[in-house]
Amino acid sequence: MNNIFNVGLLLSAMRLATPLLLAALGGLFSERSGVINIALEGLMLAGAFTAAAVTWYAGSPWVGLASAVLAGAAIAGIHALACIRYRADQVVSGTAINILLTGVPALLSGAFFLSTGSTPQVPKEQLMPYTPIVIAAVLVPLTYYVLYYTPFGLRLRAVGENPEAADAAGVSVNGMRYAAVLISGALAGIGGAYLSIGQSSLFTRNMSAGRGFIALAALIFGKWRPVQTMLACLLFGFTEAVAIQLQGVHLFGGEEIPTQFVQIIPYVLTIVVLAGFIGTSRAPRALGIAYQKEK
Amino acid sequence: MLELRAITKRFGEVLANDHIDIKVEPGTIHAIVGENGAGKSTAMRIAYGFYTADSGEILVDGEPRQIQTPHDAIRLGIGMVHQHFMLVDTMTVAENIVLGAEPGSAAAIDLAKASEEIRALSNEFRLSVDPHALVHDLSVGQQQRVELLKALYRHARLLILDEPTAVLTPQEVEEFFAILRRMREQGKTVIIITHKLSEVLAISDDVTVMRDGRVVGRVKTAETGAAELARMMVGRDVLLRVEKPDAKPGETVLSVQRLSVSVAGGERGLRDVSFEVRAGEIVGVAGVEGNGQTELIEALAGLVPPARAGGEVLFRGRDITKANARDRYEMGIAHVPEDRHRRGLLLDFDLSENSILGLHYRKPAVSAGPLLDLRGIRARAQEIIRDFDVRPANPDLPARALSGGNQQKLIIGREFGLNPKLLLISQPTRGVDIGAIEFIHRKLVELRDEGCAILLVSAELEEVTSLADRLLVIYHGRIVGEVDPKRATQEEIGLLMTGGGKANAE
Repeated sequence: MNNIFNVGLLLSAMRLATPLLLAALGGLFSERSGVINIALEGLMLAGAFTAAAVTWYAGSPWVGLASAVLAGAAIAGIHALACIRYRADQVVSGTAINILLTGVPALLSGAFFLSTGSTPQVPKEQLMPYTPIVIAAVLVPLTYYVLYYTPFGLRLRAVGENPEAADAAGVSVNGMRYAAVLISGALAGIGGAYLSIGQSSLFTRNMSAGRGFIALAALIFGKWRPVQTMLACLLFGFTEAVAIQLQGVHLFGGEEIPTQFVQIIPYVLTIVVLAGFIGTSRAPRALGIAYQKEK
Repeated sequence: MLELRAITKRFGEVLANDHIDIKVEPGTIHAIVGENGAGKSTAMRIAYGFYTADSGEILVDGEPRQIQTPHDAIRLGIGMVHQHFMLVDTMTVAENIVLGAEPGSAAAIDLAKASEEIRALSNEFRLSVDPHALVHDLSVGQQQRVELLKALYRHARLLILDEPTAVLTPQEVEEFFAILRRMREQGKTVIIITHKLSEVLAISDDVTVMRDGRVVGRVKTAETGAAELARMMVGRDVLLRVEKPDAKPGETVLSVQRLSVSVAGGERGLRDVSFEVRAGEIVGVAGVEGNGQTELIEALAGLVPPARAGGEVLFRGRDITKANARDRYEMGIAHVPEDRHRRGLLLDFDLSENSILGLHYRKPAVSAGPLLDLRGIRARAQEIIRDFDVRPANPDLPARALSGGNQQKLIIGREFGLNPKLLLISQPTRGVDIGAIEFIHRKLVELRDEGCAILLVSAELEEVTSLADRLLVIYHGRIVGEVDPKRATQEEIGLLMTGGGKANAE
């Protein structure tokens, strides 16, 4: 019981935070532009499946990672088209994508690998256990810089806060939003790839296990800002690491803590955090509202 | 400089612009006047690329041009300041100004250069603002300067200003006009959309008048007058000034003692306000918006939780400080709210339903038992529609389908129908066209002469001075003076409205 808090725990927290952070940063781009991205879960699954399948075929995790980026962006493109061009309800569109992606990988997996449960195991030397962690770490300052120091970032924030003002200033509102949603898909795709060819060695059904939603919670908890979002992801990663360590730990009475209770810790924390802090967090003002020029 | 030829624009059923021709000469200030819904803003939004015309031609400097987006307009040297400012209030002044036209490279905005250029422009046109301030910390006057700088920063040669003076005090209007004249001297062209005839006469060189989506006339300002312009706008002779007999005030109906209302954030709100309103008089409250008027009216209407209010309110000698909105309604206190969409109507409900809002529990909404008396409700709505000339006269239409003026007439009809002893009325003619303004003003004077006590809040100085029998001026949540509206000049009142009167007195 004394031994569970150690360096290993911290490293484990960072590893577990990585997929959350990648997806949350993706969500940050999308939501800062005014498009709710509840589809992060589905986008991660798309990335996870594509990375595992392509890496197995191509024998290179880099090709797998690149494919995951493309797959994430492609699925995000559907969300973008629905939300921006056809002004669909953004939550409904995101939910539809999440539902779609619980089924599509299994279908494809069944067709290519004759198994709907999982993809074939990728050999150990073709896995990518560290690169995504580095990518995520680099992306935090990069996102910060892009958001606050470049024309793209300025326009992105303006479009999410007050699209009419951005339009009046000559900024293409919908152009910015397409770009932002595609970026979110690409980043969530990397997050998914890390799940299948980083932390694991194959894709299993629903392997994201709600991480897309936790990433969304971290984004809100982090007030849609890169550094705070990273800290939120680390917090969630840490609780997950603790939860893993607590499995099999015996209480003083000699009883083992039921694993179900341990496993719900990150999810309970998500709810507590959202219930407790959402009031002080202010979303981009135009979040969730399709931009329509003529009344 | 700019010419619109036969511009036509339709929004669904509504023909907003019907073969509009407008020609603006370079280096002039051109006013476009017309009632609400005449199509002024639509025409200018087409020129700025916010809307695209269904047909017609736009010429810039004599050449036909395609303006599909604001971006196209900006490239051609056209800038626009919208009635509702187009600013991102969580960003700084500098960020707002450069947005969409950022200096530096794609990899980095050169904010130092931006600040430099903004400072140079501020000096040239004497538009002082702090480039590093956040927009939501600025006053509306300052925000307007940011909008002007935004257009100038993009090298606009033509500035389109949509109702620019609506948010300004009389002093600020003077300053603003000085800025416009300076721009004209520097060779800029200005189009100003307005419905205030005095301003048209004060600032413009030419006037184009619009009515019902058409251009009905174009004149040189020097060769016209207010009466002629009003006739062109409305299509008939209009009484510009309210004609009313002197008030014959009776007993005190409302007595307010040291009323205070606290507001989250502290600064604004209402502080220690005391005054009386007697039967048969209209007491006006003048002031720049956001100086406590909203809190005052809402506190009197019973819409402020008692915990946030202090002081005492007496209605016909009875303490109603803690009475809720319905109690006050029952006692005969009617309320025409400043924001009719938020407090006055349910936009998606039909006129019948809206005509019994707040009365839904009693006659004529309910006659017996627990059910609504639909026939009674409809009859009530038809009565209001007839007496207050609500158009279109169809009780089954949703409130949303009516123009602002007609929505307002419906609310006023509903509230007047209570036979109130006290009427609280805020911004009675905001977004209402001249014809309806005249009507509403007349109804208010009639109600006064029937012995009702009226407390009138309006941001339109002309409106309060012409309607009120006594005029209170409010500033930073305090009543800073009472003047006789017949004697006081706009300047005197304007000075009080900006807190200047007190400083002079001390």
